[in-house]
Amino acid sequence: MQDETIGKILTVTLAVCVVCAVLVSAAAVSLNGIQQKNKELDKIKNILIAGDLYEKGQDIEASYRNNVTPVMIELASGNELTEGDFKDDLNVESFDIKEMSKHPEYGKVLTTEQDAIAVKQAPKYMVVYELKSGDKLEKIVLPIFGKGLWSTLYGFMALGSDLKTIRGLTFYEHGETPGLGGEVDNPRWKEQWKGKLAFDDEWNVRISVIKGKVIPGRPEAIHQVDGLSGSTLTTRGLDTLVNYWLGDNGYGPYLSKLRAGGQHGQG
Amino acid sequence: MAKVKDVLFDPIFNNNPIALQILGICSALAVTTKLETVVVMALAVTFVNAFSNLSVSLIRTHIPSSVRIVVEMTIIASLVIIADQFIKAYAYDISKQLSIFVGLIITNCIIMGRAEAFALKNPPAISFIDGIGNGIGYSLVLLVVGFFRELFGSGKLFGQTIMVVNTDGGWYVPNGLFLLSPSAFIIIGFVIWGLRTWKPEQVEED
Repeated sequence: MQDETIGKILTVTLAVCVVCAVLVSAAAVSLNGIQQKNKELDKIKNILIAGDLYEKGQDIEASYRNNVTPVMIELASGNELTEGDFKDDLNVESFDIKEMSKHPEYGKVLTTEQDAIAVKQAPKYMVVYELKSGDKLEKIVLPIFGKGLWSTLYGFMALGSDLKTIRGLTFYEHGETPGLGGEVDNPRWKEQWKGKLAFDDEWNVRISVIKGKVIPGRPEAIHQVDGLSGSTLTTRGLDTLVNYWLGDNGYGPYLSKLRAGGQHGQG
Repeated sequence: MAKVKDVLFDPIFNNNPIALQILGICSALAVTTKLETVVVMALAVTFVNAFSNLSVSLIRTHIPSSVRIVVEMTIIASLVIIADQFIKAYAYDISKQLSIFVGLIITNCIIMGRAEAFALKNPPAISFIDGIGNGIGYSLVLLVVGFFRELFGSGKLFGQTIMVVNTDGGWYVPNGLFLLSPSAFIIIGFVIWGLRTWKPEQVEED
């Protein structure tokens, strides 16, 4: 067999490590640009899908630039932040929910009572997306996330200009079982969110994802969405996360400020 | 030339890594709910297997046998990361679905098995072909499993609707079992049964 001196062992292992390290870093560095771009495009695409602006084959970036205005908000106060308020790595363009959740300054650890969505940590700030036509707010796209059965689902929900009617809902990242909980991607299921009322007249959050099918004609049907059959826990997670984000720990303060702003009156 | 042919085609039916050696089952369960992910996974495994065999074989006379597993793992892990980076860059949607399973190719016993059993003892060119052959053998079983799971589980093939399912207003009531991992076990069982009926020499003695 081969000579097994310590020197030989060290030389071979070191050489293998160096060659492998060079190859791996070369691949990672040279492809990083394309990967980042993919991620960004995917997010933008989902904002457009939630806002019902997405068409296959369109120039996603151009459509985003023309129609969407990102706005940074502070969740607890509901205040919009303007350019001057940004510090350090708080940035509208590169805002990343996962990074910001863990950020020592911009993230917070949720207490057990708060943590209905079972994510442990959440950002204190969020970027919401305004879709305007001219000066008038048409829709507002809110990022939402929360635990399903296996995974945390990340997505967007769009509200109409009355800040009450849901205009669209989509998830861009999740690890639910394909065919069961994974049916959150089913266009037909997503379609039924459109036109549902998230709030009642007193602005209480009323939207719920129910087990089974919504019975049309009942007064509460306008606030209800069919659950996904075969995925009770994903359905329960969806119900919780939608309620969480529209409530006081989520966009509640921001939405009530928007309402009080007057320019987007009811109806 | 006969030998090259054997090395390339033997792993497909005569010495299939999944059906005969029963290796690499975990990923065969995990990624086979859709053919799209199967194809990307199959390509990734074939790539990693071929190049890990090639690299191990190239330096086989220099690898001290006391650290050979470590050396092999380093090579395999590097190749897997490279494959993963490429998938993330050029097939982003699929990489989201495959998620962790590309990384788990590192622990796919087929690759380690071929490096140990073949590449350490044979010259580079034939080792490379052995990697390709075993990759094809793995891919074939995955494709069969993926075909049945996607067709009966969601009524589709490669994402194209074949049988319209009832949730979309069609006639086909999808069989949820096919979307869950146990169904892959059952289908692989049928594949092994069929293969051993066709080639009785593969049947193990009690």
